Amino acid sequence: MRRWFRALLVLALAAPFLAACDGSAKPPSHLSRGPGKPACGDTLVEGTIGEPSNLIPILASDSASFDVAALVYNGLLKYDKNMNLVGDLAQSWEVSPDGLVITFHLRRGVKWHDGGDFTSRDVLYTYRVTIDPKTPTAYAEDFKQIKKAETPDPHTFRVTYGRPFAPALASWGMPILPAHLLEGKDITKSPLSRNPVGTGPYRFKEWIAGQKVVLESFHTYFEGRPFIDRYVYRIIPDPSTMYMELKAGGLDMMSLTPVQYKRQTETPEFTSRFNKYRYPSSTYVYLGYNLRNPLFTDKRVRRAITSAISKDEIIQGALLGMGQAAHGPYKPGAWQYNSTVKDFGFNPEKARTLLAEAGWKRGSDGMLVKDGRPFRFTVLTNQGNEQRLKTAQIIQQRLKKIGIDVKIRVLEWSSFITHFIDKRNFEAVILAWTITQDPDIYDVWHSTKTGPKELNFINFRNAEVDRLLEEGRRTFDREKRKKCYYRIQEILVEEQPYTFLYVPDALPVVSARFRGIEPAPAGISYNFIRWYVPKEEQVYK
Amino acid sequence: MDFRSSYFYSVFWKSFRRNRFALAGGVVVAVLFAVSLLAPIITPRDPAAINAYQVLLPPSASHWMGTDELGRDVFSRVIFGTRISLYVGFVAVGIAMAIGTLVGLVSGFYGGWFDSILMRFVDIMLCFPTFFLILAMIALLEPSIWIIMLVIGVTSWMGVARLVRAEVLSIKERDYIMAARSIGASDIRIIFRHILPNAAAPMLVAATLGVGGAILTESALSFLGIGVQPPTPSWGNILTSGKDYLEFAWWLSLFPGLAILVTVLAYNLLGEGIRDALDPRLHR
Amino acid sequence: MITYLAKRILMLIPLLFGITLITFAVIHLAPGEPVDMQISMSPKVSAEARQRIREFYGLDKPLHVQYVQWLGRMARLDFGRSFAPDNRPVTDKIAERIPITLSLNIVALILEFGLALPIGILAAVRRDTLLDKGITVFVFVGFAVPTFWLALLLMYFFGVKLGWLPISGIHSLGSDRLGPAAWFLDMMKHLVLPIGVMTFGSLAGLSRYMRSSMLEVIRQDYITTARAKGLPERTVILRHALRNALLPVITFLGFSLPGLIGGSVIFETIFAIPGMGQLFYQGVMMRDYPLIMGILVIGAFLTLIGNLLADICYSIADPRIRHGRT
Repeated sequence: MRRWFRALLVLALAAPFLAACDGSAKPPSHLSRGPGKPACGDTLVEGTIGEPSNLIPILASDSASFDVAALVYNGLLKYDKNMNLVGDLAQSWEVSPDGLVITFHLRRGVKWHDGGDFTSRDVLYTYRVTIDPKTPTAYAEDFKQIKKAETPDPHTFRVTYGRPFAPALASWGMPILPAHLLEGKDITKSPLSRNPVGTGPYRFKEWIAGQKVVLESFHTYFEGRPFIDRYVYRIIPDPSTMYMELKAGGLDMMSLTPVQYKRQTETPEFTSRFNKYRYPSSTYVYLGYNLRNPLFTDKRVRRAITSAISKDEIIQGALLGMGQAAHGPYKPGAWQYNSTVKDFGFNPEKARTLLAEAGWKRGSDGMLVKDGRPFRFTVLTNQGNEQRLKTAQIIQQRLKKIGIDVKIRVLEWSSFITHFIDKRNFEAVILAWTITQDPDIYDVWHSTKTGPKELNFINFRNAEVDRLLEEGRRTFDREKRKKCYYRIQEILVEEQPYTFLYVPDALPVVSARFRGIEPAPAGISYNFIRWYVPKEEQVYK
Repeated sequence: MDFRSSYFYSVFWKSFRRNRFALAGGVVVAVLFAVSLLAPIITPRDPAAINAYQVLLPPSASHWMGTDELGRDVFSRVIFGTRISLYVGFVAVGIAMAIGTLVGLVSGFYGGWFDSILMRFVDIMLCFPTFFLILAMIALLEPSIWIIMLVIGVTSWMGVARLVRAEVLSIKERDYIMAARSIGASDIRIIFRHILPNAAAPMLVAATLGVGGAILTESALSFLGIGVQPPTPSWGNILTSGKDYLEFAWWLSLFPGLAILVTVLAYNLLGEGIRDALDPRLHR
Repeated sequence: MITYLAKRILMLIPLLFGITLITFAVIHLAPGEPVDMQISMSPKVSAEARQRIREFYGLDKPLHVQYVQWLGRMARLDFGRSFAPDNRPVTDKIAERIPITLSLNIVALILEFGLALPIGILAAVRRDTLLDKGITVFVFVGFAVPTFWLALLLMYFFGVKLGWLPISGIHSLGSDRLGPAAWFLDMMKHLVLPIGVMTFGSLAGLSRYMRSSMLEVIRQDYITTARAKGLPERTVILRHALRNALLPVITFLGFSLPGLIGGSVIFETIFAIPGMGQLFYQGVMMRDYPLIMGILVIGAFLTLIGNLLADICYSIADPRIRHGRT
């Protein structure tokens, strides 16, 4: 669901639609091996459950808004298909030897969709409006590390950091806003929030409230004209309807649920019309405990709960096997992922022993009691995610078996965050974090980030983790960073502030008439402008 | 027509018996009561028991109605759902009847200033789209089974109030009430002894129809995700979990869907039957 | 007539007042202050901005003062800005969605009356025949079936299996390039299922009402007289009985009015129709207080006006009402 903070920026980068090729009209040679000839034209229709809220990305916090923004805007940098940082609006960049100064050399001749020239003034404006305390954005934190930002000429942008800041480069994936339309105006009241102007491969055409958002290809896009002429997001609030729409041909692309992927789309009729893809997503789902709550202050209790939960069962039951167990905050296989760290596995006996050590006794009804109080808590999770609700129910049943009474409450996203997470008004939650490419997880785990609305909402405080997080973001040396983050993973397993649950697979499905899709570590949509439909198969004129 | 006389019952029964639909409705309702009372005995399995390795199995000898998306036994869930759904229906209607009766009685009996205010209040409540009020209250409070019953009750008493008031007005001026009053019977006594028993018949009809309505409202709320919460099974939430698998796991939506359909139908036919049987003008 | 009208319009004032009071009460059921939402949507808003919002909504004042201030703003048609991240004026959001919901529901209402009245009359005239029983079961099944289930089944059958009808939305992609006739046909095809299911569900109430109203009239003396005079049954029913039996139906219309605005949360969600129901549901789930209050007040107000119109129609149709019997 929603990505927070830099997490959100990574969403833009992890789903980049821009391939790193030049703007030649001819398709790259490897595509001609595929069936059909690349041709311009046709429309891709994607289904979305939620309507975008605001198309000025720094003001939005929902994935629907960000999906649209990813096609309309560019950042200075982006991740390529193998998740390496490459230039986007920046042609090249230099980092000073001490790591404090980054100079971006901007691409020349880039136009905004309204015809204006893209210059360093736009970058400077974007930086300034993001850190402006009057701007209601959640993404200022990384940019507050900057001591000085300057524009020596229209095609150069230079930032100076006060101290070395390892995630600095990654943070410049942030979408750049048009200064000539926004400067000097109140961004919260700007018409651009419903009628955006960017530099990206698609320009905004129309947004019909509650129905659809339509984008058109930007013919003079600096990487060349995209093949697909139109991109339509159709807003369909009910997932069953959306799936029927796909089958009836009203949608070309959506995300499948595990059940749909495994049990409903195996027919020859379906597979001849659609291509399914499957790859690990960049999120991990966890059960987080409010450490201010006396129930969870004892480490043995948290370890007991983890032992009482079978991750295999959850992955089977909620994901039909389409995901992998998570043991820490990183994606298995990433350089910062410590594969030697595993938590203790499913062991209800051990859970019982640990709880008994912590002073919880079995009452007459089999439920745990301590000082006359039963062991009872509520797990909150967000609406619209079937897998998480299933996960919650499986956990509920497992914990009941060791004598813990769990209630489940499903909440709409924004009221969940504002009324429960931000006010620390919860006992336990099932939520997910986006796994960022850079291993810096300072905002989620550092003890200074426990203030109101900050992301360490479970109130995790560990002096050693604090020190390691600080060290990790202040050096560019990958080996040194690796050591820090390896150790952090060991501590997290020991402490179990979260029970890390799983990394689900992403399961997109695309109509088979679209060619040029090349699954890569970055997913499928990174080269969207190179997707095409052969002339004879085009559906929409 | 005195609700308490044996003559009344014989006329009522004679008329009711002739109405096959009403009889069928009555039988279904009786069976539902039996099922919900005996639920723990009938069900072969714990309705909340998850089996992550046996999800969405079709009906078989061991799972008569198949299994759901978490491997739970659909038959056991539908049986226990009977209990929850009837429970929701009855408590919600009970609340609505209590409020409606109170407002209607007070309004009709005392009249005047009191009456105008209460009836304007009824008019106002009737201006709101009921489902909007229900949604707003449940979402702002918390979707627990208690809140759901309370909110449905609190938003559906207006019809009852009008009905009771009209009954009271028509009875109030009758001779025997006048007589009771002249011998010094208290208001309370008159209300409980004379007026309520007479108003009971139309109230019974309203209540019967209301139970069906409340069951439907719960299923609509479940569809929106704010109905009865897991692991408690209600027909509404079983049906909602089945809607995503309409095409290949038909058993998950068919059985709870039919249960709702048949139950609500039965309550309506029963209610209509009672109404017809109570209406002396229809007796020929 | 003028006095009657004046009286009715004067009556609106206390009712309107009551509507706002109940809306205000419903909103204040929720724990916490509405302002928390606004602030939290914008994590970096400073304490002083928070104070500004508190002052704007008057949250630093006691409840009754807040209420009066809110009334004052509403009198100027200022419903505030939505708490959703788009921060748009509530009136804009309602204005762009109300036409869809209203027209959809009015069509359904017309269909409902067009079908339910003849069905009800037929059932009354053929009382206790097989036809009457068939109609009874048919309309009650429509009422008793969970609408979302039926809608999805029909959607699957007609949309996916047979491919006759579109699944969701109100226009096909590219319908804006069609001619007006084709465009209209395209829209109608989209609306067949939602309006059909909606109408099916609502037949029971009205047709049963019509049936009993008709039965009542048929028993009256003047019908017996008409029959005794040897008039053909058809004339008796259509000329004499129907006119009088239809009168109470006007009241029924009054009851249907709130449904015009609020009756379709489920349909709009399933068929992806961007109307008021969807908007309200989203608003409620997000605790978008200005939006919830705006929709409740506007919805109830429109119903009030509709009721007034229905009453006026009724008084024109039935002169007894004007004189004395209010």
